[in-house]
Amino acid sequence: MAHDIAHHESNTGKIWKVFFILSVITIVEVILGIIKPAFLVETTLISMKLLNWIFIILTIWKAYYITWAFMHMDGETKGLRRSVVWTAIFLICYLIFILLTEGDYVYEVFKAGYKSWDF
Amino acid sequence: METAVTKTGTEDKIWGGGNQPLKVSYGKMMMWFFILSDALTFSGFLAAYGFSRFKFIDSWPIADEVFNHFPFLHGVDAPMYYVALMTFILIFSSVTMVLAVDAGHQMKQKKVIIYMFWTIIGGLIFVGSQAWEWKNFIKGEYGAVETKAGQILQFVDTEGHRVGLEEIADPQEDVRRQHLEKNGIWYEAEDDLPTYTIDEIRAGFAKRNDVLIRTQTLTEEGEKTILSREESLKRLQNDAVGIVEGANLVHNEYGTPLFANFFFFITGFHGFHVFSGVIINIIIFINVILGTYERRKNYEMVEKVGLYWHFVDLVWVFVFTFFYLV
Repeated sequence: MAHDIAHHESNTGKIWKVFFILSVITIVEVILGIIKPAFLVETTLISMKLLNWIFIILTIWKAYYITWAFMHMDGETKGLRRSVVWTAIFLICYLIFILLTEGDYVYEVFKAGYKSWDF
Repeated sequence: METAVTKTGTEDKIWGGGNQPLKVSYGKMMMWFFILSDALTFSGFLAAYGFSRFKFIDSWPIADEVFNHFPFLHGVDAPMYYVALMTFILIFSSVTMVLAVDAGHQMKQKKVIIYMFWTIIGGLIFVGSQAWEWKNFIKGEYGAVETKAGQILQFVDTEGHRVGLEEIADPQEDVRRQHLEKNGIWYEAEDDLPTYTIDEIRAGFAKRNDVLIRTQTLTEEGEKTILSREESLKRLQNDAVGIVEGANLVHNEYGTPLFANFFFFITGFHGFHVFSGVIINIIIFINVILGTYERRKNYEMVEKVGLYWHFVDLVWVFVFTFFYLV
């Protein structure tokens, strides 16, 4: 906005801090992806490996930092923030829920059906 | 702001369009809603990927075995490293972009130029890396055999290491050669023939007692099932119909063709976003050099392309997770 250009402070310190956080999260993801700790792979939570849950949570954490710090979502009004973020989160959760449920159902049909797929 | 946005003459009329509840300029708000719709498009793709993956949950290719190349390390099994490097390049170009936006807020033209330059370089390196990744994927590494049902059979030695077709094939005389225009009176173009025929593989496999077949099916431990020698011979004899080398939209030596389809489609669509982002960045970069925003006394344009650029990074974070990690 025009009126606050005059007193814009530099955010460089914060930017480097966020870069550091994003890098650390990515490194942790890569290390986990390479060594794949046995107990995280063997434990299952809500029909998914614990390791995969960790990856997804770390990813959402990164997405939060990118949106809030890099895209300056923290500086926008509540109205804009909610109309963008809540819409996306609601629709994406809904889509993922129906598609994954359906995918799992099709898997069961393939497995339990009378047709052979592997010949 | 006043210089960057056309005035409508309604600024003071609260009930006549002068009210701005979101307190952002038109351009920035539309960029946000464009990003929202684009995010939903990408979620549609990724959710469809999830659907197909759940559908083939017990036979999906293992990403670590597919993407394990690193430049100059030929033949070394290096899963994840290259894509991690790409992720870093993209995150870093996001950082330089946000530094450019920050410099723009303080009206520092020189700094904006430098940071935008590095952002563009980072974007170009990323697109190039993506192309290299595609090349490796399309070319394939070991090759495989496809069955009547379209299942993929791969070859491994007794220790479970992959064996390439060239090590198995027993070259034979009299195989059908690629039909070329210069050799025929009647000529119709055909697809490239695979390097080996299925008979050459069958003959070679029969002689190699140390080679087994690995199917697409995953075991309890999440590894591919390895058949016994008898079963391997039987499957190759009865079911195999052809050779697959590399991957395209119809055949895929790594497993189900759907994996290749989604890989090409999602990373391709993302790569296209990076490419168009680089183009838009270059346009704005030229404008910054020309001093357009100095004259406007406002660098909001850099902020808007910055939003798009961060969005590209944001999408990559998810693509990285769902294609390479999970």
